Amino acid sequence: MGLKGRDLTSIRDFSRDEIDEVLTAARRLIPYAEGKKSSDLLEGKVLVLAFFEPSTRTRLSFETAMQRLGGRCVTIADASATSMRKGETLSDTIRMLSHYGEAIVLRHSNEGAARLAAMVSDRPVINAGDGAGQHPTQTLLDLATIQEAFGTLRGIHVTLLGDLRYGRTVHSLARALAMYGTELTLMSPPGLGLPAEVREGIEETGARLKEEDQIHRAVRDADVLYVTRIQKERFADETEYQQVAGSYRIDASSLVGAKPKMIVMHPLPRTGEIAPEVDATPHAAYFRQAFLAVPVRMALLSLILAGRLP
Amino acid sequence: MRELKIQPIRNGTVIDHIGNGLALEVLKIIGVQNLDRDSTVSVALHVRSGKLGWKDIVKVENMELVPRKVNAIALIAPTATISIIRDFKVREKRPVDLPDRIAGVLTCPNGNCISNQAEPIESEFEVHRRRPVVLRCIYCERLVDDFLHHLS
Repeated sequence: MGLKGRDLTSIRDFSRDEIDEVLTAARRLIPYAEGKKSSDLLEGKVLVLAFFEPSTRTRLSFETAMQRLGGRCVTIADASATSMRKGETLSDTIRMLSHYGEAIVLRHSNEGAARLAAMVSDRPVINAGDGAGQHPTQTLLDLATIQEAFGTLRGIHVTLLGDLRYGRTVHSLARALAMYGTELTLMSPPGLGLPAEVREGIEETGARLKEEDQIHRAVRDADVLYVTRIQKERFADETEYQQVAGSYRIDASSLVGAKPKMIVMHPLPRTGEIAPEVDATPHAAYFRQAFLAVPVRMALLSLILAGRLP
Repeated sequence: MRELKIQPIRNGTVIDHIGNGLALEVLKIIGVQNLDRDSTVSVALHVRSGKLGWKDIVKVENMELVPRKVNAIALIAPTATISIIRDFKVREKRPVDLPDRIAGVLTCPNGNCISNQAEPIESEFEVHRRRPVVLRCIYCERLVDDFLHHLS
């Protein structure tokens, strides 16, 4: 089954072969994402970007991806300016939007919102983050970043550092990495560990899962150090957040002892977890990661909307 | 001897082999307060059982369970059997059986799940594992194994 017309609400929607197809396509589309080649593959098509929660990278990279392929976007960037403020349900909003374009990209504060949208929409729905749930397109670009750096995903040792409880990017990513036989190490402040269902999903694949509590050991053993921000907006109260805020920070000295090819990734925005001095080291991969969002989303849009590449 | 403690019923449903102590939860699911006033409901708690050691039994006159209630009973009392009685005879007897998907029986324990918002949808779960039963919310993918506290 091809990807044309398909939804992407959770990374579980795609098989490993389909993930590979997207990653291969993304590599081919890098020159298009850089503006060195151009395409009108999606000319005449409209992508609806429905962002009910703030976003910079995800929304803009989708817009860039669509425009680089010759398509157009209509965007809700501020939920307070929509009828959802008047109490319109998400179901009704999506039913309407599904007639305004060829596909919908949705970001929403409730877990499962994208699944609901996919059920009521006549057009493909791509999940761009649902609450503390899934963010599958981020996962695809994370995989693309690791694959570009190491040429493979197999046998890579990935350490996930940070808020593993509310950080939705790591939930999707951990699941996907497990499919590739990646060695995973987890390191998180107390109370912010990986949720049971994510852990169970990983262990079911037979992947190895280790816990670490020492930064220097985590750095020394990793091929990829994937750092996340503490999701302040998901905490019920400020004191709970303050207890864990600033409990980990990667700076140049923490990277002493790292493997020469080790890369530091971060879904961004960062809020102090990675010191700016790390940017100048060869380990910093987070801005490359942010760029790869464009070719990866171009690959997805090409395959879902046109069923082929430029 | 054991059966004589509860009167036979002409028409209705017998739910037998309910796990010890769970009969009151089964009554809640059945919604006995909504039955017609001439129907007798008999409950036997802590009855000796060859299969289970101890069990509970519920008999309800003039009522046959809709599939949705059978599904809910299957979740909290997976060992239960349901017999349909017509004219004092057992017309049908079967163990409760959990379908692969159940809708409208449980609320998702994740308060931030879209199924708990004001959307025109029913909660819905798929079976993630059967022994012991673990369900997965089809919306937020949260796993649930505590059903007693989340019956809708």
